[in-house]
Formats: sequence, structure tokens, C-alpha cells
Amino acid sequence: MTAFLIRGGRLIDPARNIDTAQDVFLRDGRVAAVEVPGKLDALATQEHAEIIAAKGLVVAPGLVDIHVHLREPGQGYKETIATGTAAAAAGGFTSVCAMPNTIPVNDSVETTRWMQEPERGAVARVFPIAAATRGSMGEAITEYGSLKSAGAVAVSDDGKPILQDVVMHQVLAAAARAGLPVIQHAEDTRQTQGASMNAGALAFRLGLRGMAAEAESTIVERDIQLLAGLHDSRAHLHVAHLSTAKALDAVRRARRNGLHVTCEVAPHHFALTEEAVGDYDTHAKMSPPLRLQADRAALTEGLLDGTVDAIATDHAPHAIHEKEQEFERAPNGILGLETALGLSLLLLQQKHSMPLSRVISLLSAQPAQVLHLTGRGTLAVGSFADLVLFDPAEMWMYRAAESKSKSRNTPFDGWTLPGRVHLTISEGRIVHDARVRAKR
Amino acid sequence: MLSVTHLTLQDVHHILDLAADLEAEPVLSRAQRLLKRRVALLFYESSTRTRTSFELAAKSLGADTVLVSALSSSIEKGESLKDTGITLRALGAECIILRHPSSGAPYLLAQATQLPILNAGDGIHEHPSQALLDLRTILTRRLGAKQAQSATAQTLAGLTITIVGDIFHSRVARSNALLLPRLGARVVLCGPEPLLPESAAAIGPNLVIDRNLDRALAQSDVVMMLRIQKERLSGLRLDLEDYIARYQLDAARLAAHAPKALVLHPGPMIRGLELTSEVADGPQSAVAEQVHHGLAIRMALLARALEATKTSTNKTKATVKTVKKSTRR
Repeated sequence: MTAFLIRGGRLIDPARNIDTAQDVFLRDGRVAAVEVPGKLDALATQEHAEIIAAKGLVVAPGLVDIHVHLREPGQGYKETIATGTAAAAAGGFTSVCAMPNTIPVNDSVETTRWMQEPERGAVARVFPIAAATRGSMGEAITEYGSLKSAGAVAVSDDGKPILQDVVMHQVLAAAARAGLPVIQHAEDTRQTQGASMNAGALAFRLGLRGMAAEAESTIVERDIQLLAGLHDSRAHLHVAHLSTAKALDAVRRARRNGLHVTCEVAPHHFALTEEAVGDYDTHAKMSPPLRLQADRAALTEGLLDGTVDAIATDHAPHAIHEKEQEFERAPNGILGLETALGLSLLLLQQKHSMPLSRVISLLSAQPAQVLHLTGRGTLAVGSFADLVLFDPAEMWMYRAAESKSKSRNTPFDGWTLPGRVHLTISEGRIVHDARVRAKR
Repeated sequence: MLSVTHLTLQDVHHILDLAADLEAEPVLSRAQRLLKRRVALLFYESSTRTRTSFELAAKSLGADTVLVSALSSSIEKGESLKDTGITLRALGAECIILRHPSSGAPYLLAQATQLPILNAGDGIHEHPSQALLDLRTILTRRLGAKQAQSATAQTLAGLTITIVGDIFHSRVARSNALLLPRLGARVVLCGPEPLLPESAAAIGPNLVIDRNLDRALAQSDVVMMLRIQKERLSGLRLDLEDYIARYQLDAARLAAHAPKALVLHPGPMIRGLELTSEVADGPQSAVAEQVHHGLAIRMALLARALEATKTSTNKTKATVKTVKKSTRR
């Protein structure tokens, strides 16, 4: 069946400023019509469309995550493109942008294409982000034009910041010419050697070396300066997983000066503080690290006032044996795809009264816009038939053991979150269906 | 016992009390306490004092000990801490004494094995038995052996204890800075910025930083000197000449500013660096006494860790096992 009628739901499409009862008709992987309730019934009968009852549910554009690690090629024991996108679908995501720190590093047209091949078994659209420099070594820049033609939507050396001013300058200039955003993992690694959590009194008490907020903010400030020096209106800097009040201020100032600087924040950074490290819990270890309450509050404020452009998960699967290690030895990162919507609803909508359409916008329309993913993050007629049906008020419990991801590394195991996802449709295919449980 | 922060003052009192009892107990009767119980010493780092002290403590209570060190075991082949712990437990270890270069490693071992773990120093985090033996040394010197069991919020009231040197890399400093103020002491941390960040004073109450050694000494009843941990400096450059000029405790300095203060050092000492031989061997030094008190404290810690499970008869042991099983489900 190639046609669906999503009937009786509350349509929220932030890109078009819509939040009202409307039915959506999908045909051949695209949104074919959006009309007042009941008006599409005849068309549905005529085309033998499958009727999807959406009464009591929010119908929103499929969510867009511009920062995930799918671990393929090279680390299929942590995650594969198939399992990672299955986790995405379970979390309501239909588009994911995959970081290049795979093995080998995705710095080539071949790998970029390979990741998008149907053989990978993706159930959500995968947009590769290519390495900004060869092998992400921070030295020789890659072929941005051909990488873009192969499907890359941005360049980044995520996990390995581009430290040399000269190189970062070249990267920004070349990416501007190619029309690609540059995504920087802002961390001055010269300041964070051997560090495994936020710097401060808690790190001192736990005997762990800390990463100072300045290790992030100085790189963000440096990048902004380089961007300003280019005098090229096409140049676009996107700050990945911004975690400190200081760096957020730098972004805010740059924007006021008319620079094209965007940023994303990960749910764990507005959900948790460094206190979550507790007794050396490696599920609270990531880079950038969990910060102070003041940073968490500043990020929330930035999300509310519009300084933050997108919520991105930094979904980073690791095998159990890798996280069950001494804190300093355990790898950075946690899962994020299945909890992003719930955490955003809990902490932004419920706790800080952010309108539901704004939460959805931060998870769909805005990230799609940051990386120019045309036809994604909206349900306008003609766009991709990517959508998610969820009940924003329905509470559910996240159980890591039942995750669709191959890994289990999450600090949110056992959390009760709002907004259970009932159905996810990616390009006109049902890729996650949890409606059965709802009927019971 | 993973951290001094897990101990209540009552626990501290109990440990000091038990240490005194065990020390006074006839050797043969003492050796019945943990007769044939199995204690594993798992050492990922080298050690003289702590290892020997724990081993002798266990043996004098009658326990069988086995030493596993990183270089002569499967750890060298890449076995994880978790698997090493599970192996030791399967071999009958009832308690593991762990020294490890990573902060927090004992938490992982405790979780993986569910055995009592005695932290014998983890990375730059803590060295709880050292803080307890330092406390016993201070109490014995200040209040006399008979009063050395007291542990209330007032026990060390009015006393200023200064810890000098490489505070950042010192697990001894952290354990002492977290323990002594709870008994009423005022603790002064003294050292240069790279070895003593400002955040150190924020880890607990009654902690202050004074970077001037002479001024710190003038306030001190007890001075604890620390070794510069060259093995942990990781790229940090330190001008040793300058360090010696500013922070070495020599006889003249001690006589001028703290002629009555008790001098402690957790060892190993580097004579000529953080302190001179005159001070180390002088009348104010209690370094050898510290080592001596270590034995009693470690006997108490072992007895406390193992006697809790020993008093249980076979019947209660069985229930403990079923409880464990049910929580695993």
C-alpha cells in the first residue's frame, strides 16, 4: 500500500506555523494533501489508502537529528546503520546525520555513498557528515565539492576539534565555496589532556582531571573570529553539542553581529549536571562533559529565547564491556535517539512551559534548516512523507534493555518520560509501530 | 570502605576502638579472629608500606592472604578489573584490598564482585586507611593513647592541620581533607597553584588555602608533608629549585615558625625535596609512628569488613545468598 490517510490528529507543523486539527494524505513517499478533518476521506476510499487513526495524538514532522554516531563502517559491535536508525525510528526520528568518526573515517566519496546504500538496511534517512580533514587529522582538507555531490550535508571532524587556526580558516573558506556548513566539536584538547569530567570542586573531590568551560568557549570564540575574518556571507559555522554558558554567550554575540553561526544542544546537557557522575558512573561520561547547574540553566534559557537552533542527541553507542571500565578509561558518550523527545517534553514543555510546537520545531524544522535538508522537518505538501505520531501527555518508561540500539549506555534507564511515540513513518513506510500496546 | 565520606563519626570511633583492642589483644587470640579467611591484595601500583601493612594486618588476624600484582598476572594480558575481581571471588576471596591508578576503580570492583573492598589508594582520589592512621597518630600524640579512640565533631576542635605540597595528585591529602574537618580540625592546604587549584578548598567544610608556607606553619599544630608525584605530573613542568625554596620543610623553617608542631609524612619520602633529613629524623617527626599505627588501623578495617559476615551462622549466610540471587533477577 502506498497511500495513507492520517486521520483525526492534531497537526503540528512548526515550519508553516500550523497547530490545528488536520488530516494528512501520504502517497508514494510524499505528503500529497493536508486538509481539514474529514475532507480527505473520499480520496482515501478512492485510492484504497490505509487509514491511520490519530485521534488524541499529535501528528508532527518526522524528527531530525543532526548529530549521531552510527558506528558503521568499522564498529558494528557498538551499532550498525540498521540498528541505529531503528533506534531513531523508535524515538520518532526519520532523518539522522551521521558523524564521520567511523573506521575508516568517512573522508571519502566511497564511504559517504556506502553509508547511504540500501544494503545498510536503514529505516530512517541517513545523511552523512563528511570529515573536514583527511582522516580527521586536522591537517589536509578533504574534497568538499565531491563529498557534497555524494550526499554529505556538512563537514566536521567531530570528536577531534580542528585546532590549527590556518587549517580551520581553510576549512571555513572551502566549505563556504562548496555551500556546506562546518560543524565544530569545540574543545581545546591542549587544555583537556587526561580529563574525564567537568573541571571544578566535584572533579577535584573525585580525583578526576577536569575539562574547563574555557576549553570549549575559547575554541568557539576563535572560530567566530575566523568566520568574521572571511567576509564571506556563505560561510556557516555550526557549533556541535554546546555545553557551557560562556560558549553560548559567544554564539549570541556573533549572531548579533550578523554572522552565520548556529548551535545545537544535547538533551543530556539540559537534563543533567555533573552531579550525575555520582560514584564514577560511566553513563554520565561524555564529551563535552555534564556541566554545572548554571550552565544547564543557561542552555535552557538559550533554548527558550531562540539562541539555540536545534536539539541534537550526539547518540554515541558503546558496548557494555567498554563502559564497564575504570571511569578514566571508559569511552565518552551515551545513547540519545530514543529519549530525546521525552526529555525535551519533560524539561522544556512541562518544566519551562515551552509551547509544544517550539519543542517540535527544535527537533525537526530547525535542525533540517541548519543543514539545509530540503523536504525534511515539515509536512508541507510535496515534502517527504516523514512523520511521527505521539501522545505528548502519555507517560512511558524508558528501559535500556529494550532499546533498539545495539548498545545500552544511557543514564536515563528507568526514567519515566512524557510523549510516547505511537507511530513513525519514514518516506511513506511505517518504520516504528507501537500502536498495538496503546489499544490494550 | 571506598571513601572516608562513607564513614560516619560513629564508624570512625568504632574503627579507632577496634584498632586499640586488636593491638592490645594477645597474639594467639588475635589470630583466631579471621582464621583461614581469604583476603586478596590486588595491587595495580607499587607499594611498600600499604601493601606490607595490610598483609601483616590480615595475617596477624589469622587470615590467608594472596597478592595479585599487575605485572605478574593476567592483568598484563588485558584482563579487565571486573573479570579479575570475579576470578578472585570465585577462588574464595572474601575481601579485596585494591590499589589502582584510576580514581574510582574500587567502586567498579565493589559493584562487580559485591565483596567488601578496602580502598588502598585509587588514582588521585582517596587513601582512606592512611587518613585513619594519620588521625590515630594525631590523637595519640595530642591526647595520649587512652583518649585516642575519641571521634566526635569536637575531638580535633581548635587544632590546625596543614597539608603541604602536591595536593592535586595526592589521595592522602583528599582523604585527610575530607575526614579531619569533620572531627573539628581546621585544615590548611599549602602549595603552588599547579599542584593546588583553588577548587580544592571547595570540596568540604573547614578548608582554607594558604600558599605561603611560613604563614601556614605559624598557624599549625600538625604539618603533613607530601611527595611530589612525578609519575602523575603528566606534562606539568615544575621548577624544583623554586619549589624547594618555597615549600621545603627544613629545620630552620620548622624552628622559626612551628617549633611545637607534629610533622607527618605518608611516605615515600624524598629527603632533600619536600623535607630535609633533619626534619624527617627530628624530634617533631612522627613518620615511623604513622607506619606503626597503620598496622592497627588496617587490622581494624579488615576485622570490620569480614566480621560482619562471619558472625552470621550458616543459616543466615544462606539467606544472604538467596537475597543476592533475588536482586540479580
